[in-house]
Amino acid sequence: MQNMLTFISNVLRGGASKNGARLVGSTRSFADFSPQASFDIKKCELHRLDQGPPTQALLTREQGLKYYRTMQTMRRMELKADQLYKQKIIRGFCHLYDGQEACAVGIEAGINPSDHLITAYRAHGYTYTRGVSVKEILAELTGRRGGVAKGKGGSMHMYAKHFYGGNGIVGAQVPLGAGLALACQYKGNNEVCVTLYGDGAANQGQIFESFNMAALWKLPCIFICENNKYGMGTSVERASASTDYFKRGDFIPGLKVDGMDVLTVREATKFAADYCRSGKGPILMELETYRYHGHSMSDPGVSYRTREEIQEVRSKSDPISMLKDRMISNNMASLEEIKEIDVEIRKEIEEAAQFATSDPEPPLEELCNHIFYNEPPMEVRGTNPWSKLKSIS
Amino acid sequence: MSSLFSSLKMMTKGAMRCVLITNHLKFFETIGNFQLLQVTVRDALNQAMDEELERDERVFLLGEEVAQYDGAYKVSRGLWKKYGDKRIIDTPISEMGFAGIAVGAAMAGLRPICEFMTFNFSMQAIDQVINSAAKTCYMSAGLQAVPIVFRGPNGASAGVAAQHSQCFAAWYGHCPGLKVVSPWNSEDARGLLKSAIRDDNPVVVLENELMYGVAFEVSEQGLSKDFTIPIGKAKVERPGNHVTLVSHSRMVGHCLDAAAVLAKEGIECEVINLRTIRPLDVETIEASVVKTNHLITVEGGWPQFGVGAEICARIMEGPAFNYLDAPVIRVTGVDIPMPYAKILEDNSTPQIKDIIFSVKKTLNM
Repeated sequence: MQNMLTFISNVLRGGASKNGARLVGSTRSFADFSPQASFDIKKCELHRLDQGPPTQALLTREQGLKYYRTMQTMRRMELKADQLYKQKIIRGFCHLYDGQEACAVGIEAGINPSDHLITAYRAHGYTYTRGVSVKEILAELTGRRGGVAKGKGGSMHMYAKHFYGGNGIVGAQVPLGAGLALACQYKGNNEVCVTLYGDGAANQGQIFESFNMAALWKLPCIFICENNKYGMGTSVERASASTDYFKRGDFIPGLKVDGMDVLTVREATKFAADYCRSGKGPILMELETYRYHGHSMSDPGVSYRTREEIQEVRSKSDPISMLKDRMISNNMASLEEIKEIDVEIRKEIEEAAQFATSDPEPPLEELCNHIFYNEPPMEVRGTNPWSKLKSIS
Repeated sequence: MSSLFSSLKMMTKGAMRCVLITNHLKFFETIGNFQLLQVTVRDALNQAMDEELERDERVFLLGEEVAQYDGAYKVSRGLWKKYGDKRIIDTPISEMGFAGIAVGAAMAGLRPICEFMTFNFSMQAIDQVINSAAKTCYMSAGLQAVPIVFRGPNGASAGVAAQHSQCFAAWYGHCPGLKVVSPWNSEDARGLLKSAIRDDNPVVVLENELMYGVAFEVSEQGLSKDFTIPIGKAKVERPGNHVTLVSHSRMVGHCLDAAAVLAKEGIECEVINLRTIRPLDVETIEASVVKTNHLITVEGGWPQFGVGAEICARIMEGPAFNYLDAPVIRVTGVDIPMPYAKILEDNSTPQIKDIIFSVKKTLNM
C-alpha cells in the first residue's frame, strides 16, 4: 500500500513538473479547513434603539470565499478603471470605490436579490453586487455598445434589475429610494429598499423631506450614509454642524457601523432589513468607511488629506486584507487558495478590459433611441433643420 | 325611467351641481339617444382620474391636500373617500421630496399621479422631473421606464400675483424625454389626462385654474371610459380661410371669441388648439398656413423662448414658410412678473382685443 501511494504521488509530481505547471490546488484537502468560525464584531453605536445587531458573526468558509472574491473583483475592477482613465480610454466622470468594498458586499449579504437598492454616483461596486458583469461595467465606462446601458449612460447611470443606479444629482436618489420603498409597501411584497448617500449629501434638504415622509408613512426604507470622511474636498467637520450622521434622522432610529468590516456591515444590514420588514418603518445606518482614491479621477485626493492618513487606513483597516487575515488565521482558507482566486480575478478583469477597449462604440443610428419607453418610432430633430433622425424605443 | 330621463334633460340645461353629474353619469350612458352632457373641466379631470384609478390598481395620486381636503381646487373631490389612504396620499409640504418619491415609485412599476398645487411649486422639484424622470429611459438605454404623470394648474390665475402666475409650458416643453400636454376644454382634459396616465413615460399635464369651473359639452364618445386623446395631435376647433390662430389652454377660448367677433366683419379665422406642447403638432399648423397664408400664435406665457417662438422657428424651417404672406405674429403675456392690481393684471395677458388687433395688422386692415 505504501509503495502504491509513493508510486502514485511520484507519478503525479512527475506529471506536474513535466507540464511545468504548478500544482493546482493545495496539497491539503477540503476536509482540512474549518467550515465556519464565529467572529467578534464591533458593537454599533445606537440612536433610539434599545438593541442593536449581534456582536458576533458566523462566517462559513463558502461565504468567506465569496465575500473575498467579490471584494477583490471590485477592487481590481476599480483599479483597472483608474488605469483606463489615465490612458484616456475612459473619460468624463469616474468616481472610484476602492476602500469601500466591505459596504457594498456586506449590504448585499444582508438583503435578498429581490430587495431594491439605489445609490449615488460612486456606483460601480453596487452595479457589480447587484448582478452586472465586470465586462458590462467596464464597457459602459469606455462608452461601448456592449456596456450595460449601451454606452448611453456612462459611469453614473448603470442599471440592473432592482438596482436603480447610479444617480448624478447629489441627494436626488434619496427621495427616489423612499419612493421605491413606498412601492414595496404598496405592493405588500415584504421587500425593502436600501437607499444610499454620502456624508456630503447628508446635508441635502430633500433627504430630510424623505426622512419625514418615510417615518410618517412607515416606509420599509433602509437609509444608509456611507461616511468616507470627505465630501469631494470638504471634510465632514467643515461641512456638517453635526457629524453624527446616524443621528441626523432624528425621529428615525439609527446605528453607526464599522464600514471596513464586511461582517459588521452584513449583521447591521440584516438587523436593519428585519426592522423594516417588520413594519416598524425606516431605519438609518451610518457606515464609517474610507475611499483610497480622490473624489473622482480628476482629484488626486491629497490636497485635503495626507498621504499618511491614506496609508494608515490601507495598512490597518483594509477590508479585503482584514477578511483574508481572518480566514487564514482561522484555518478557513489557505494562502495558495487565495492566490488562485486572485489569479482568476486578474484574468477576468483583463478579459473584461480587453472587451471594453475593443468593443465598438454605439452606432450613430442609436443616437436618438430610447428617449421613450414602449413608443412608436418617431422623428427627432438633428443639429440642423434638414437632419431628421429616427428614434425607436 | 321616463321621469329619470326628464330629470336628466333638465340637468343638461342651465346650471347644476357638479356632484349630481358624477352621480348620474352612469345612468346617462345607458340611455339610448342622449344629449351632449355639460361637464366642467374640474369634473372631467376628476372623472378621468376616477376611471383610471379603477381600471389599474397601480395608479395612485399623491400631493398636497389631494385626499382629505378633496384637492386644493377640488379636482380630486371624492377620490379619497372612494379609494382610501393607500391610493390617495396627502403629502407634507415637500415638493422635492414627494416628487422624488413619486418618481421612485414609478421606477418600481407603479403609476403615480403627482399633483403640484400649482406648477409654480414644481420649480422646487424640477430636478426630479427632469433629471430623475425625463432623462432616465434614455440614460438607461431603455432599461428603466418612468410611467409618471405630473399635473396641476399652470399659468395665470386671478389676483395671485407674480410668484403664483408663471406659465411653465416653455420650460417643460424644452426637455427631451418629457411629454407635455395643455388641455383647454373638458374633452381635452379627460382625454389627455387619461392618455397621460396610460402612457409609460413621464407626462406633464398643464391644467388651468381659471378653466376648472367652466362647463363644456362633452360627446357620448368623450364620456366613455376608454376615451383618450392622442398625445401629440392638435385639433382644429374652428375652420377658416383667412388667418390661422394657434393657441393652447385658456387662450384657445379667447381665440374662438376673437374669431366670432371677426367673423362679423367677414374675416374667417382658423383656430387650432395645440392640446400638446411637446411633441408639437407642426403638421396641423403647416397644413393650415398653406391654406390661410397668415399665422398668429397666442399664449399666456412670456414671449422670450416661448411656445410661439418655437412655432415661428419651426414654420420657418418647414415647407409652410413659402406660403406665408406675412411674418408670423406672436401674441403673448407681457414680459413682466405678474402684477396684482386688477387693471394691471388684466393688461398682462392677451385679451380678445389684442388678438383682433393682431389679426387685422397681419391682414393689413
